Amino acid sequence: MSLIDLANPTRFLALTARLLPWLALVTVVLLGAGLYLSALAPDDYQQGATVKIMFIHVPNAWLSMFVWGVMSIASLGTLVWRHPLADVAAKAAAPIGASFTFLALLTGSLWGRPMWGTYWEWDARLTSVLILFLMYLGLMALWRSVEDPTRAARAAAVLTLVGAINLPIIKFSVDWWNTLHQPASVMRMGGPALDKSFLIPLLVMAIGFSFLFITLHVAAMRNEILRRRVRSLQMMQARAYQGNAPASGATSQIVGAA
Amino acid sequence: MTALGALIRRDIRIALRIGGGALIGVLFFLTVVVLMPFAVGPDLALLTRLGPAILWLGALLASLLTLDRLFTADHEDGSLDLIIMSRTPLELACAAKALAHWLAAGLPLVIATPVLGLLLNLDATATGAVALTLLAGTPALTFIGMIGAALAVTMSRGGLLLAVLVLPLSIPVLIFGVAASQAAIVGPLPFGAPFSILCALSLVSFVIGPFAAATSLRNGLD
Amino acid sequence: MQLSPRLIGHDVRCVRGGREVFSSLAFEARAGEALAVTGHNGAGKTSLLRLIAGLLLPAGGTIAIEGGEGELTVPEQAHYLGHRDALKPALSVRENLTFWADFLGGGMTRPIPDCLAAVGIAHAIDLPAGYLSAGQRRRLSLARLLAVPRLLWLLDEPTAALDVAGQAMFAGLMREHLAGGGLIVAATHGPLGIDTRELRIGS
Repeated sequence: MSLIDLANPTRFLALTARLLPWLALVTVVLLGAGLYLSALAPDDYQQGATVKIMFIHVPNAWLSMFVWGVMSIASLGTLVWRHPLADVAAKAAAPIGASFTFLALLTGSLWGRPMWGTYWEWDARLTSVLILFLMYLGLMALWRSVEDPTRAARAAAVLTLVGAINLPIIKFSVDWWNTLHQPASVMRMGGPALDKSFLIPLLVMAIGFSFLFITLHVAAMRNEILRRRVRSLQMMQARAYQGNAPASGATSQIVGAA
Repeated sequence: MTALGALIRRDIRIALRIGGGALIGVLFFLTVVVLMPFAVGPDLALLTRLGPAILWLGALLASLLTLDRLFTADHEDGSLDLIIMSRTPLELACAAKALAHWLAAGLPLVIATPVLGLLLNLDATATGAVALTLLAGTPALTFIGMIGAALAVTMSRGGLLLAVLVLPLSIPVLIFGVAASQAAIVGPLPFGAPFSILCALSLVSFVIGPFAAATSLRNGLD
Repeated sequence: MQLSPRLIGHDVRCVRGGREVFSSLAFEARAGEALAVTGHNGAGKTSLLRLIAGLLLPAGGTIAIEGGEGELTVPEQAHYLGHRDALKPALSVRENLTFWADFLGGGMTRPIPDCLAAVGIAHAIDLPAGYLSAGQRRRLSLARLLAVPRLLWLLDEPTAALDVAGQAMFAGLMREHLAGGGLIVAATHGPLGIDTRELRIGS
């Protein structure tokens, strides 16, 4: 089975129907193992058990950006190659990405609570994630504001790509704004020098969350394809029956008389 | 009552369906509040002090900017003609439409306030005070804004002009809304006085708004 | 004594945008009678209908219904079917019609499925109105006239967008309405398929 076959939505549905249980299984195993390893990991000498929030927070933060990347590639597929599945992939990814971003914010603020004494600090990293969250919400609002999915897809694709170009600029600006106001960040989230006892559970969790994304994404894409089929079936049903005679020459009589 | 209930149900349904803008107001509110620290700096003490004002400004803009479609959508598809012709007094129909709009677009702002209070480092009392004043004040914003929305039908270009027309009218609500929130947080005024005036402003707007909007719609027909 | 209702226009004058469209127009229609308003483009057919519907204010003259329901104004006893369909694409066909039935009729209505069957779109009852074609949207608008009983039907180019079968169906509905003692004022360029009295304006 080649990629060309996958481009066909029917093939995609058939293939993923077989694939989905296995993806779900791998996700459950990886996340289970990751959680177990996280529980075994030692407490931090400064942060205590709070540090274990990292094992949830970092994978979510990483996925929040990764999903935007996936959507950007899908948007290219929509605009450049007009791939039939591309806008389905982009649309299905947005709510999942927004959820990961929200979880990253939530765990970040829970993690910050004992460090800062407040649930929210305008820390550069968290603030960037918050802006990313706003952009996800805006994108979802855009998808929702147009009824015809193929028309919405073009607009959403442009916005996604503009967002992808702008995200580094936003990130840089926020960092600059933040250092302008407070020279040293109170907390380093997951600094580079991580001990191996933290690194392995973190990696397992990251891979587990990535599989969670793939599973959810495939399932959401299937739903979106089916939703579009229902929509076109409904439109066919609306057109199917035209009262008691075929629809033709509708206005000729009136035009002739005028 | 059947007629008004039907109108309220329909408007809420449309707002919640695809293409309706029920939650866009909340998103706008969130964005405005998030922008503030970039302008004034991430100083939590300062944000706490400015918090009620920021939340009120955000809610004010969010509830007015979502209003411009209140009558124009019905005007464009001809529904407004039928609403004007119906046996229901136009004033009541206007009030019902404003109520539906507030339920779909104004109430979510009040519900979102605690989350935004967290971003601005407001404590539970302050957040509660702001949410309570917004609950009492946003209906006034909707009912005053409705007058502008009715004028927008005749102008055929609503949007910014609507905001320019209506924002000055909403100044009293802003003054007493922020005053009541500040009174609850730092004093020295008692919370009750400005809050009662805020409630009074809402009640007055329930009377003035529908009559002014109905008059404007009747005279703006074409 | 119950008079049979009459729609009477007396010395009606219409001014739009500073231009006089027509003046000293007199017309009358009795129960069971259809008035076909004809005239060239811009003669003021739509303006006349909107005057009767109370959606425009006359620059002079009076329009009244004699022997109708006492306290109600002319617009309150009328259905207006304009160029625009007054439908919300996001709502289903049933929701659209139920809303107008409840809003205009306040509960005193014919069952919704019956009305939709009468105009030939019963199959689409649960579909969004946005999926309907122009002709089907017009049929849905016509169903509104059936759902709530009103004495006077004001129709602006009612057969536009309707196919031949649709026009025949609509002619039947109009005949039923007239037979029940109703009144019709229709602006039209073509034959409506029923007996009408012509009111020519702007010639």
